[in-house]
Amino acid sequence: MNRILAVAGKEFLHILRDRRSLAVALLMPLTMVLLYGAVIDMELRDLRVGVLDLDGGDRSRELLRAMTSSGFIVEAERLDGRDAIEAGFRQGRLQAALVVPRGYGEDLARGGARVQILVDGADASTAATVANYLQAVVALVNRGLLRDAGLAAPFDARTRVWFNPELVSARFVVPGLVALVLMMICALLTSIAITREKEAGTLEQILTTPVTPAQVIVGKVLPYVALGALDCAMVLLAGKWVFGVPMAGSWWLLAAYCLLFIVIALALGLLISARSPSLRVAMMAALMVTMLPTMILSGFVFPIASMPGPLQVVCRLLPATHFLVVLRGIMLKGQSWFPLQTAALVVMAAVLLTLAIRSFRLRLE
Amino acid sequence: MNAADGMSGAAIRVEGLRKSYGERTAVRGLDLAVASGRICGLIGPDGAGKTTTMRIICGLLRPDAGVARVLGRDSAREPRAVREHLGYMPQRFSLYPDLTVAENLRFFADLFGVPASERVRREAELMEFSRLGPFRKRRAGQLSGGMKQKLALSCTLIHTPEVLVLDEPTTGVDPVSRREFWRILRELAGRGLALLVSTPYMDEAGLCDEVVLMHEGRAIARGTPDEVAAAFPRRLLEVRGAGLPAALAILTASPRRGVKVHRYGDRLHVVHDDAAQTAEVARLLAGAGVELHPVAPGIEDAFVELMTAPAGGEATP
Repeated sequence: MNRILAVAGKEFLHILRDRRSLAVALLMPLTMVLLYGAVIDMELRDLRVGVLDLDGGDRSRELLRAMTSSGFIVEAERLDGRDAIEAGFRQGRLQAALVVPRGYGEDLARGGARVQILVDGADASTAATVANYLQAVVALVNRGLLRDAGLAAPFDARTRVWFNPELVSARFVVPGLVALVLMMICALLTSIAITREKEAGTLEQILTTPVTPAQVIVGKVLPYVALGALDCAMVLLAGKWVFGVPMAGSWWLLAAYCLLFIVIALALGLLISARSPSLRVAMMAALMVTMLPTMILSGFVFPIASMPGPLQVVCRLLPATHFLVVLRGIMLKGQSWFPLQTAALVVMAAVLLTLAIRSFRLRLE
Repeated sequence: MNAADGMSGAAIRVEGLRKSYGERTAVRGLDLAVASGRICGLIGPDGAGKTTTMRIICGLLRPDAGVARVLGRDSAREPRAVREHLGYMPQRFSLYPDLTVAENLRFFADLFGVPASERVRREAELMEFSRLGPFRKRRAGQLSGGMKQKLALSCTLIHTPEVLVLDEPTTGVDPVSRREFWRILRELAGRGLALLVSTPYMDEAGLCDEVVLMHEGRAIARGTPDEVAAAFPRRLLEVRGAGLPAALAILTASPRRGVKVHRYGDRLHVVHDDAAQTAEVARLLAGAGVELHPVAPGIEDAFVELMTAPAGGEATP
């Protein structure tokens, strides 16, 4: 135990002495919460839509008024020809355009009028959102027209969003950041710390003392567990205070799952450092194996359901994917029972830990 | 006398040691014994198997065959027990550059489980001994090469070991610091420690009580430095002077049977067998602008001769 503390104390000094890394470890999670919380926003606040009214009649003006007054379209620009749409897209002035064809008024009176919505698809995710918004506005206007005619739509679907009614992105993103930060601190930093010591020859040096490899590893890893937990708390509290991310469930349960995830991240870090011949390789491997998949494939930002089949399988193999389900469940829904995810996480922890310990033994001989 | 004889109480004893890394054989049947109070030099070029031997003695590697014992305990079976009494300094400086001198020492004291009261006393003693006292608060990374080596040595001495294994401790250290370092080693031997030191420097071989010349995983000669040098059976002519390149060209242009030329920096050693050959070389080099002196062979000459000789058994003086 004393030896473990000696190694942990020494590692702690390393962390304190390396001011730049320390600053990164402490400030990066906070910066990420603030940036991601503010930036990854699924809402479009500044939707610029051009309007090309080829009809020019009363009914088309009515339609346009209804659209602009719906509050969805922030800025409508009158266009004077089809060319203006393309120019607007090319210059980035417009994200979408609405074309009301000639004869819209008469068609409407007869039934079966059409309008065209054009969307700039260069930014795919914005385009999809814009198209959805405009469809929703058209549906709204349609309902109004039916009501005016004394008719009712055969059926009406109303959407109500639970757990995150305003679809505030911070609520969605903060749990993902917890996973990302834990991966970064526990997997990336630990693998760097151990590989650095291996590369410098100090690992060999301290193994000539009566200390056991297990003591060295536990001692080295402890400060990073503490750092990871601290960062985790920072992210959660920043999410709560700055973005009002709720905490519907139990903090203790959350902490327990974080700890389980920390074990997985550490095992990954150990595995990487045991297999990497050099610091550079370890860093690249840690980025590729831990950070990137956690960011892209865990459902942190991009929905897993919309990925191609084989990739979805990969997603299911990532610890972060299951961890995220648990985190969002606890924080947003107040859930406390995750049999599937818990089983997946425990199995992953066991497998990774076994592999890590085994490959470390091999390397030390 | 064979240095391995009469050493039943040897602090380090290695018998029939063999170790391969896959295809490559690093050590092929090595015997070695170092008594308390003695400095044994492991001399040989890179790849001779010195480091492998030392790592086996420290219990960092398992031998394929043979046994290494430290104070009677098998390094492979009881590595932790062995390490309680052994200090090992690997070839590369392996302390923490971002920790201070005192913090490095403290860390190793904790790893060895030195009690706090003893640690303070021991630390003061080592600071005095290594003359690192004024630099206690300096980061190890900012020490000079010689001071780093002394700090590394101090760290391996913090738990008062009885056996020291030092792998090329003076490589890359300036000559003054090297002399200082050897003074410390001699003092340690005087206190009864057994030291096994590897070095590529032949001049350091002369500072050992006994040397083992290693080549391709075998001991090719052993004994006191004088014994090893005396075992050199041939005549030696030293060539010095401004015309050295010309002299070398002349000698290589007209090879003579049984005459060998080795270059050591600012001089050549011409190895030969009899007076007739001495005269022949003198005649060839007349007017080349060099001076010729017959010299007594050193360990280096013995070593080069043994290394270039056709493979055979161990030459034991």
